[in-house]
Formats: sequence, structure tokens, C-alpha cells
Amino acid sequence: MSAVAEQPPPAPAAPSRDTVGAYARRWWIDVKAGELGSLPIVVGLIVIAIVFQIQNDRFLTAGNFVNLIVQTAPYAVIAMGVTFALLLGEIDLSIGFVSGVGGVLVALLLNPDGNELPTAVAIALALGCGLGIGLLHGLIITKVGVPSFVVTLAGLLAWNGVVLLLIGSRGTVILQNDFVIGLANDFMGEGVAWVMWAVCVALFAAVQLVRYRSRTKAGLATDPMAIVALRIGALAVALGLVVLIANEDRGIPYSGILVGALLIGWTYVLNRTRFGRHVYAVGGNAEAARRAGINVDRVKIACFMIVSVMAVLGGIILASRLRSVDTNTGGGQALLYPIAAAVIGGTSLFGGRGTMKAALLGALVMIGIDNGLGLLGLSSGTKFVVTGGVLLLAVTVDSISRRGRAHAGRA
Amino acid sequence: MTDTPVLELHGVSKSFGAVQALFEVDFTVDRGEVMALVGDNGAGKSTLIKCIAGIHPFDSGDIRFEGQPVNIHGPKDSARLGIEVVYQDLALADNLDVVENMYLGRELVDGIRRLDETTMEAKAKETLAGLSVTTVSSVRQTVAGLSGGQRQSVAVAKAVMWNSKLVILDEPTAALGVAQTRQVLELVKRLGEQGLAVILISHNLHDVFEVADSITVLRLGQNVAEYKRTETNQQQVVEAITAGKLSKVPGQEAVA
Repeated sequence: MSAVAEQPPPAPAAPSRDTVGAYARRWWIDVKAGELGSLPIVVGLIVIAIVFQIQNDRFLTAGNFVNLIVQTAPYAVIAMGVTFALLLGEIDLSIGFVSGVGGVLVALLLNPDGNELPTAVAIALALGCGLGIGLLHGLIITKVGVPSFVVTLAGLLAWNGVVLLLIGSRGTVILQNDFVIGLANDFMGEGVAWVMWAVCVALFAAVQLVRYRSRTKAGLATDPMAIVALRIGALAVALGLVVLIANEDRGIPYSGILVGALLIGWTYVLNRTRFGRHVYAVGGNAEAARRAGINVDRVKIACFMIVSVMAVLGGIILASRLRSVDTNTGGGQALLYPIAAAVIGGTSLFGGRGTMKAALLGALVMIGIDNGLGLLGLSSGTKFVVTGGVLLLAVTVDSISRRGRAHAGRA
Repeated sequence: MTDTPVLELHGVSKSFGAVQALFEVDFTVDRGEVMALVGDNGAGKSTLIKCIAGIHPFDSGDIRFEGQPVNIHGPKDSARLGIEVVYQDLALADNLDVVENMYLGRELVDGIRRLDETTMEAKAKETLAGLSVTTVSSVRQTVAGLSGGQRQSVAVAKAVMWNSKLVILDEPTAALGVAQTRQVLELVKRLGEQGLAVILISHNLHDVFEVADSITVLRLGQNVAEYKRTETNQQQVVEAITAGKLSKVPGQEAVA
């Protein structure tokens, strides 16, 4: 997975075509200087897999692999969303209950009580509410100047209240819409999955080769062709393994496909559009961004809208997985797992550093631990203690690597 | 210089609440002229350039750019006119690389609104080479890893790559060592020789007398003197900075 959207390390000034050896040496220098990229988290995932497999041989089965994808999907979606707030150096504490509002809204609007809405309309309405909530947060944060921590803390309370008000005296609402339930509980056919695999690999290869060609033509430094080929091969193998293993069991869930599509879409937005560039600039130096003529307020509002709409989407997937919503919807894990996931993935809380890929990998770590400890029959108390420890460990690794960067003058 | 001046300000004023930061300042800079703007702390130098750059609006007064009356309401307006500012704190984003910083806010996009990284990188390298900036080894390293002189060079290159007509430099040598100061002053001279109008703000009169063609002195928000470098000396300028004659004494207008 580490090959997905990997940014090449800083290229040398001379437009020389490096050998693979020189590339590897430079990569190692970067790692020593604290540019760890997704290295620690990939190592972490491997360690988690080995440890839990030793403890319980069901962890690495195809069945549990599919479970992992299904369980990770909602948190990965919310984590990708909240990354947009973290990139600005802001935070959104309301994501849990905003996702709850999304799940409850969809469940209620689709409740077959005679005046249910068409599926698409209900989902669009819930997503629209997400955009509205984000717009509200963003406007208060930018135009009134209340810190995002406070605005979204108030949001945490208020949207929790909205969830309770919406549920009312019902206690639990069972989800009865086939499409929404299918999001997390239906699986893609074997053949379709392989076609999607081929399309993804072909697209990635095309993007990589086009970049290589255009950079060579402009006389700019490029990564060695062997590395480009290796990157494409690594992606093909990694995705191929995912499809192969998932197909051993039920197949790839539609929520997994949705996560993949969102990962690609938002990564494109962050890396290849002006908006994405402005998000990083505002997070790195808001004053510089303002002086460069970037409408900082508009960027911030847009980011908070993305956070909330992604939270609603995650909430819908979560409701789909649980097949019901109740008064606890949006509490507990939905609140802090996504933020922890983004941070574990390597997104900085101080803004300007972070990727979509990091959110997904971080969510995989969080849910991997959750799932593994569950298989061992440990209580949720133990789960929280262990996940807390892993979060601390991840941030410690980041702090130490940042010291390395400062030492190498790259902080 | 018989051309119309690049920038003319007539009687511009600016106050922040009760503080009169600028009071009826007149200011002119011509093509190819390096105009130094000097004054003590709080004289209004930074306010003046921030208003020219569109960060703050002037409260009153006329602005003429190349003879045309203009209004500047934001950084985009001044950028459209061809005014570029290199701030004291450089206004670079540490987490972005050299190319990304040079194109910040004006990124090139291709037909499908996708960032055109290849063209941006090639042009950024070209601009740095055109200014004989050879110290930046890779344009794809983040600005966080650059030295003070390198950052200043990047900031100046960022300012001149937009066919700008007026470049404003705020204390470009304040944090630099001897060799790096020399590089930056050479760069400033080169800008003037290329026909740009340059406004140089500095506390260091030695630097000012080395590169400036003219010197405007601000004191307590008013311009108290204007000199040609060849017709003055440091003594005279220091006197103007510390004791130049004010047309209005702050805090006393209510009494009079």
C-alpha cells in the first residue's frame, strides 16, 4: 500500500537520471534526517499482524481480513475528512456526533413508515446537512473568530443533543433500506473486483509514466525508470493481494471501494489542484497565504465543510454496518478514533503536514488493534488502554523524527 | 527621468483607531530607481508598504500607478498592477518547497484545472538562474531547510518572476551575514538595472547609501525629507530621521 500516491523524495538540481543505487542512498539519507514518510506505520501494521497472528491464528484469515476492511471503512472515511481540519492546524471535535446525525437522519428518512423518502434523496439530504453543519462551524470559526477547538466542542455537545432529539423515545431505529445496508454488507463479485484492480493499476501506471515523460521532456530531474516500474509493480502486487485474499472469503465490500475512491479523489484534490495547494499553504503559514492573495477564510470554510460531509458519509457507512442507529450513535469510537487515526498516520496537529493515505493507514492500525484484541476476547477497557498507548507511541515517533528533521535543518 | 513615475502617492493617510500611522505622505518612485525608505521604528514605513501592497487600505489620498489613478483594495489588486512585496518575515510557507512558494496563490493549471508542476518547476529554475541565484541546490526542497540568504533569494525571485514593475523590499538584509548581505544588495542593484522600480526599506544606512538612488525619510508617519543619494550624506539623513521637521505634531491637533 505504501506505493499509493507516494511523493518522490527531493530530487537533485542537475537533471541527471539517477541510478537505483543513488536513489536508495538518498532515500536512506532522508529517513535518517527524519523524513520517515509512511515507513513507521507500515512497520507498525506488520508488527500488529505478526503479534496478533501469534496470539490467535484467526487474525490473518481471509474472513477476518474482510472484516477488517468492513470495520475500518467508516473510521477511514471520517479520518480522511478530519485530516482537512488538521492540515489547517485546526481541529474538529464534533465529527463523532456529526456522523451520528448523518446515520440517524438516513435511518429516519428511510424508515418505512409510509412517508419515507427515495433512497437517493435521503442520502443527498443527509450529506447536504453535513455540508450545512460544516458551513456553520466554518463561518463561526472564520468570521466570528472563535477557536475551532471551542466551536467544535460546542458542536460535540449540540450535535449529540440533536442525535438524541431525532431518535426521541424510539431508543433504536432499525435500518431497513437495502441500498444503505448493502454499503457495508454487500460484496463485489470476483470478476468485477479484478477488473477494478486492472483499471486502478493501469491508471496509476499511466499517471506515473506521463509524469516521467513530461519531466524528462522539460529537462527536469526524474526518478530512475526502475524505481517508477518498481512503484507500479508494488501497487499492482499490494492491490492484487487485497483482491485475492478478499475473494477467498466474501469479496471486497462496497464500503471498501468507496474508501478507495475517496482516497484517490481527495489525494488528487490535495496534490494536484490549487485548492489543495492552498490548504497546505494556509496550514503552513496562514499569513503568507493571505499575502499571496489566497482567500484564507474561504479555504478554511471549505475544509470544515469537507470534514462534516465526510463525517456524515462515515456515519452512514457505520449505520449500514450496524444495521441500526440508537441513542449512542456517534459517541465513543466515532469521536476519537478518526483523529487518532490521522495522527498515527503521521498528520501533524500543527498543520501543513499530512496526507489522505496517512488517515487510511492510521485507521487500519486503530481497527487492526481493536479487531485483534477483540479476537483475544479482551474487554473494551483493555482495548482503549492499548490504543491509547499506540497513539502515544506514534506521536512519540513523529516527535523524535521531527527532532531529526530540525537537526538536519528540515523542520 | 522624464517618464511618468511608476508609483505616485499624494497626501495618503492611514490610522489604526487613535493611532495616526501615516499623515498626508507624498511619495514617488520612478522606473529603474532604487528608492530607499528610511525612518525610526514606528515611523510608518511598514504601514506605507502594507497599504501599497493592499494589505490595508489607505484612509485617504490619491494613488497613481504609471500616471493612472488606481484603487488598491487587496493583495490581488496590487499584484495585478505589477507591485510585488518581499516582506521582512519573507511570507514563505515552511512546509512547501521552493517552486510551490514561488507560485503560491498564482499556481499554473492545465486545461483540466490540474496543477502544471512541470512548467512551474522549469520556470522557477529559469528565474533563479536569471537572477544568478546559484545557492539553492534543489527547487524541490522545502523552504524550512534553506538558510536566511537562500530564503531571501527565493523571496526576491518570487517577487520578480511576475513581470512586476515595482518591487518592495522590507529589511532584506536585516538577518543576514556579511557575505549574504552582499549577495542580496547585488540582487537589489540588478533589479534596478533591469528597469524595475524598487522601494528598499532598511535601518542600515550603509546598505542604503550603497544601492539607493534616492532616499525618503519618514518620521512619526510624515515624510520629512527626500534626498538624491549623490547630494546628501549619512549625517544629514540621520538628522532627518531623528529630528526632521513635522507639519503636524501628534497629540496636539485637538489643542490647535
